[in-house]
Amino acid sequence: MSDISFVVNGRRVSGAAEDRTLLVHFLRENLGLTGSHVGCDTSQCGACVVHVDGKAVKSCTMLAAQASGSTIVTIEGLANGADLHPVQAAFKEHHGLQCGFCTPGMIMTATDMINRHPEGLDEATVRAELEGNICRCTGYHNIVKAILAASKTMSKVSKGKAKQAA
Amino acid sequence: MAIEGVGARVARKEDKRFITGAGRYVDDMVVPGMKHAAFVRSPHAHAQIKKIDVKKAQAMPGVIGVLTGKELKADGIGNLICGWMIHSKDGSPMKMGAWSPLAFDKVRYVGDAVVIVVAETKGQARDAAEAVEITYKELKAVVDASKAMDKGAPQIHPEAENNLIFDWDIGNADDTAAAFKKAAHVVKMDIINNRLVPNAMEPRAALGHYDKAEDHYTCWTTSQNPHVARLVMSAFYNVAPENKLRVIAPDVGGGFGSKIYIYPEELVCLWASKKTGVPVKWVADRTESFLTDAHGRDHHTHAEMAFDKDHKILGLKVETQANLGAYMSLFSSATPTYLYATLLSGQYNIPAIHANVKAIYTNTAPVDAYRGAGRPEATFVMERLMETAARQFGVSPAELRRKNFVTSFPHQTPVIMCYDAGDYAASLDAAMKASDYAGFAKRKAAAAKKGLLRGIGMSCYIEACGIAPSAAVGSLGAGVGLWESAEVRVNAVGTIEVLTGSHSHGQGHETTFAQLVNERFGVPIDSVSIVHGDTDKVQMGMGTYGSRSGAVGMSAIVKALDKVEAKAKKIAAHLLEADEGDIIIENGALKVAGTDKNVPWFQMALAAYTAHNLPGGMEPGLKETAFYDPSNFTFPAGCYICEVEVDPETGTTEIIQFVAADDFGNIINPMIVEGQVHGGIAQGIGQALLEGAHYDDSGQLLTASYMDYTMPRAGDLPSFKVSTSNTPCPGNPLGIKGCGEAGAIGSPPAVINAITDAIGSNDLGMPASPSTVWAAIRAVTKH
Repeated sequence: MSDISFVVNGRRVSGAAEDRTLLVHFLRENLGLTGSHVGCDTSQCGACVVHVDGKAVKSCTMLAAQASGSTIVTIEGLANGADLHPVQAAFKEHHGLQCGFCTPGMIMTATDMINRHPEGLDEATVRAELEGNICRCTGYHNIVKAILAASKTMSKVSKGKAKQAA
Repeated sequence: MAIEGVGARVARKEDKRFITGAGRYVDDMVVPGMKHAAFVRSPHAHAQIKKIDVKKAQAMPGVIGVLTGKELKADGIGNLICGWMIHSKDGSPMKMGAWSPLAFDKVRYVGDAVVIVVAETKGQARDAAEAVEITYKELKAVVDASKAMDKGAPQIHPEAENNLIFDWDIGNADDTAAAFKKAAHVVKMDIINNRLVPNAMEPRAALGHYDKAEDHYTCWTTSQNPHVARLVMSAFYNVAPENKLRVIAPDVGGGFGSKIYIYPEELVCLWASKKTGVPVKWVADRTESFLTDAHGRDHHTHAEMAFDKDHKILGLKVETQANLGAYMSLFSSATPTYLYATLLSGQYNIPAIHANVKAIYTNTAPVDAYRGAGRPEATFVMERLMETAARQFGVSPAELRRKNFVTSFPHQTPVIMCYDAGDYAASLDAAMKASDYAGFAKRKAAAAKKGLLRGIGMSCYIEACGIAPSAAVGSLGAGVGLWESAEVRVNAVGTIEVLTGSHSHGQGHETTFAQLVNERFGVPIDSVSIVHGDTDKVQMGMGTYGSRSGAVGMSAIVKALDKVEAKAKKIAAHLLEADEGDIIIENGALKVAGTDKNVPWFQMALAAYTAHNLPGGMEPGLKETAFYDPSNFTFPAGCYICEVEVDPETGTTEIIQFVAADDFGNIINPMIVEGQVHGGIAQGIGQALLEGAHYDDSGQLLTASYMDYTMPRAGDLPSFKVSTSNTPCPGNPLGIKGCGEAGAIGSPPAVINAITDAIGSNDLGMPASPSTVWAAIRAVTKH
């Protein structure tokens, strides 16, 4: 057994789990954070993507014990209270989801992607960077549209903030 | 333009829970005392079970129970069945072999369930499953349907001699032979429709809970049709009578057909819950899904089309071998027969058709309906033939199709279907315009300068949706009726609950069904809740597949709304002291037409429940139910055009543009309809370029993970250009045809027609992977 302690969605949590426990299983089964999904066994589908210390990580590629000491954000912690994160809002507005199973991973990947490209995104980049996330419902058309729209919204917001700071 | 009503692009009500991680799928469910199951599955494609030794497994940490097929059989649990009877052309019934939910004497495909292990944790269940010792005597396997009937091929079921399940005919052989005698041209093709794995992103899962005190079972399952699951598990598998079995399909992460069927795992979990005294949850891992979810397609077809000297079609002959896998899945017999051969007239006037279908057992996963179900296979045959004919005759593929289009309706085909409405030329024109078909030659020349081969291909598909008139499908062998039910409950404060027997697993029913209510009564969609997926809440229903939720499910809602409206108007007329014929519903109120006298909707509802002042003899309350049985199938149709560039050095295909012009009849929410088309096209392009399930000769599935089976990813696809030009369906009150499967039906031939156009070779299998395309190019250049 391993002792595990980390901050998830702003809350410090600790517990114990078998050494072989994957982070995604710890989040789902020990913490009840069932928004991160398991869609495959080979780290291909991306339904389990969370942010670990600010980076998008497939939570099935990491042991829970390895995440100890880190700061984690899951889909449940992305919105600011009742206000949806701009990526969540864009997925809804542009119909970027159907069955919803891949959606949490898509949104966490997209958020990280937009953060890494403050200069903005184009369609080819979005499609290339979605390589690790599989969706079977949408044909990606509206997911791509939603991410491009969210990228624009977020760059406006950050420009606004920069202006304010200046 | 409606804001929330019919035709409005309303954002989905259900999205909030999915984008915030609050969706509730089966694997998210926790029941007090719940334990975890793992299945021991056959590693062999064909073998006799000599011995099952569970002692070591029973002694493993955390193990609660290790149960076998013999115990299951002893408890009277029945075999799995196919619910659609097909008779061979000699009149004999199909030869269905026994499918025990847990195999006890013989295994017939890799993945066949043999033992269930229940333990405290998922990990412990898996560890103990590894410790179950099964002695097998391996038998020779056959995986290819075209070899399964050969002399000396292994016999899979004693019931089906030579592995032949049925040998079925449709159409008229004599008329067709006569048509071919008159022909000026005959086009012949051998066509393989590749085997696919549906791959809904949520793996299948089941949670069985037996309540000893009540002698009652609850099953949470990843189902497209929980009521059908309850019916079949009660009536045929002897799990429990219907009143003692509740089936809940909560949020379900995609289905595409694969979650229609009742699989061994859900009923074994229910039975195991009773045996072990604990709730039992099983969740498939992805490899289990690849091995055991019903696969799709897998047809080998020889087709010939006869034309007269003016290129008018005279007749069509089709012979198909359909691989049904090791067992007959729930609707497996219907897919290659009534969902396939009845669509072999395509969009065309064809005076004579004859098709023969042989359904064959092999040592592979069961094959059943997958998005489109038979109709993609029919469309692929028809549209490859039409394109090939145009090339053979040296005429425009568009004009050859146009010349043969059905243009007057109703149109009775020689293969059962009676097309009710359509305008095939309108879709063809729309697609050609959207793709700038006329400018293709210039684009091809420009690509050639870059050393790339550019090609364009089209596909004019038709399908049959709105499944289906109960008497008609009953006469064709269906074991169930395919009507739909609805219940509309108006609460005392005027808010509304709609209960439906259809099931949403991505289709957005919670939004579109609410829009329908908004259109009728002006109630905001946030005040309308859609209830589905629970046999304790919704009395009965047939579920969602075959694009039936709109045409059939919403038609049932319309019928119930009609009844609600009639009673609401009576109440309003009484309150307003007016004639009920003068009452109209407008802006959330019931009004006396031409006056300012009105009663708000909520006040009328309250009056129905206070019952202080109702018309004499009227029952209190406002709740109505309806069952709707469709009068015909519906016939969505359209034209898809695909333009590709192929790199002759690598065989890599890039889709430059993909255009879809569909006729879906009337549309409730265009945003959701477009989403359905996008997803369908992606699956069709997946079939054409990327996907294929491959077994080796010993029956091992070589493509059993996302490392080996190529799922379409964002980078493999372009953005799509979609549009509709709609002719309302005359067969249902909403004029809806359905849109769920069109994309997957129309797109594969468009892609293959485009690539074969680019490379100048018509001999190309699916998936057209770079190596396949490269080899096809080399084969042409050699000659």
